[in-house]
Amino acid sequence: MTAGQAIATKDLTLSYGDTIIINELDLEIPKGEITVFIGGNGCGKSTLLRSIARLLKPKSGAVLLEGEAVAKLSTKDVARKMAILPQSPLAPEGLTVLQLVKQGRYPYQTWLKQWSTEDELKVRNALKATEMEELKDRTVDSLSGGQRQRAWIAMTLAQDTDTILLDEPTTYLDMTHQIEILDLLFELNEKEQRTIIMVLHDLNLACRYAHNIVAIKDQKVFAQGKPEHVINCGLVKNVFGMECEVTIDPLFGTPLCIPYGKGRCILKGQGLQG
Amino acid sequence: MLLKTNFLRWAGLLTAVLLLLVLMSFSIVYGYTDTTWKMAFDAFTNFDGTNEHIIIQSVRLPRALIAASVGASLAIAGVLLQSLTKNPLAAPEIFGINAGAGFAVVITVALFSISNLQVFTWVSFLGAAVSFIFVYIIGSIGREGLTPMKLTLAGAAMSAMFASMTQGFLVINETALEQVLFWLAGSVSGRKLETLAAVFPYLLAGWIFSLIIAGKLNVLSMGEDVAKGLGLKTGMLKLGAGIATVLLSGGAVAVAGPIGFLGIVIPHLTRAVVGIDHRWVIPYAGLLGGMLLLIADIASRYIIMPQEVPVGVMTAVIGTPFFVYIARRGFNK
Repeated sequence: MTAGQAIATKDLTLSYGDTIIINELDLEIPKGEITVFIGGNGCGKSTLLRSIARLLKPKSGAVLLEGEAVAKLSTKDVARKMAILPQSPLAPEGLTVLQLVKQGRYPYQTWLKQWSTEDELKVRNALKATEMEELKDRTVDSLSGGQRQRAWIAMTLAQDTDTILLDEPTTYLDMTHQIEILDLLFELNEKEQRTIIMVLHDLNLACRYAHNIVAIKDQKVFAQGKPEHVINCGLVKNVFGMECEVTIDPLFGTPLCIPYGKGRCILKGQGLQG
Repeated sequence: MLLKTNFLRWAGLLTAVLLLLVLMSFSIVYGYTDTTWKMAFDAFTNFDGTNEHIIIQSVRLPRALIAASVGASLAIAGVLLQSLTKNPLAAPEIFGINAGAGFAVVITVALFSISNLQVFTWVSFLGAAVSFIFVYIIGSIGREGLTPMKLTLAGAAMSAMFASMTQGFLVINETALEQVLFWLAGSVSGRKLETLAAVFPYLLAGWIFSLIIAGKLNVLSMGEDVAKGLGLKTGMLKLGAGIATVLLSGGAVAVAGPIGFLGIVIPHLTRAVVGIDHRWVIPYAGLLGGMLLLIADIASRYIIMPQEVPVGVMTAVIGTPFFVYIARRGFNK
């Protein structure tokens, strides 16, 4: 198992002040797969992702990147292996897409080597993969939500890392653009075998795109595994505190969660079998 | 953005350097004492000890050099602070730097009855540095370290405290009031070349260091998390930018007293000209800052001739309409 792991945590404890968010967590995240963290609001899934990306210092324990403790590596070395796209990043006004994507090459720049042909190539490839070539001279603030998110993903691609972390990459996007972004990440994983680790709110999209689901509850991992193995009514009730039916997505065959609750029901009196 | 290509930006930089030199020459030649370009030229090549030559060498030259260096330093300090705090209104004066310097000078006059401009230089440098270091430390307390909001609030609090203590001292001690009033308005006149020479190494270090960190400031401008994710040591960079700010604005206030508005206005003007890349913004801001203070200083000689308006008043007069313009235009455009 160790050969195939991109990231692992060992006895990882995270806290804000005295409040423990994640407690003594041992987690292994497989290489070359899409892993999605799920859980209720405030369960610590984003905190865990941030700590893996070394944006948050652990209270104790360690994050291992390809077997090495992240805290012991130089931050630029880490940036050449792992990219992070935080939740709703904000580009300074007037920054163009090209300027943004070029910043992704920062970890490769030194005093002697400011800008190389390789940097140029990686930036061009990143723009191509995200279909942002046509928009490269536009300013980031003039783009639509979906385009803007693609521009930021292009920046993380230019970073040319095996592992990409994304904190809720579909937040504030409409359904079309959510699918567009997730399809893009899925293709990156398929074509280039990049390890993708992200936090998603939408359980059904998580089931559709993830190879590996990590459900977090009570400072621990409640369950981990393939969506079709771990997602069921019991888990949703436990992790989200919500009653639901889990059926099968008619298009993809992945688990599809249908919550109970109030609303206009046209099947009333006919039973729910229809 | 006015200059869109790198060729235009290099050309603009060269033009700005030339304009700065032209303005410095104007500052040397024009003023209350009637002098001509020939006299100014002779004063340096063929000094004959006449009144005009003495004025040119010992009054006008230091004044031109001081205006250029102080203007450049305040403008660059403004760029650093606006970048550090992501606050478009950030400038040295709102981080307690001027208030700290002013308080230190008033204390010196009121308690030790010293009113020597040379002494003021070091006292105000010290006051500015101590005040900004306090602001920086208060702004850094807490889990997330230095955040723009905490830094801005700490600056506002520290400024208010020093300003009211200064006023308290001045009310109690009227002699001090008379002696420091001109200093408190900010001026580049009546300073010796030695005053500038004493702080010039600090200013120069501040300029060079700002240019060195310009590329890293670009990375930081994309947000703390993104910058850290790209492998930037954000804590170190902020500390470095903080030190450069102390050197630049502390040095500036030491030579010229508190001069407002330049630090706010010039960074905005510069971004309108060259865009947001700090590698261009910092050198341009320095040049434009020097130019604006030279213009303000030359204008200050002619408004109520034979008297002079303190240049700090002039920058405010020029700066305020611009300030209103920025506010009305909105910061997001």
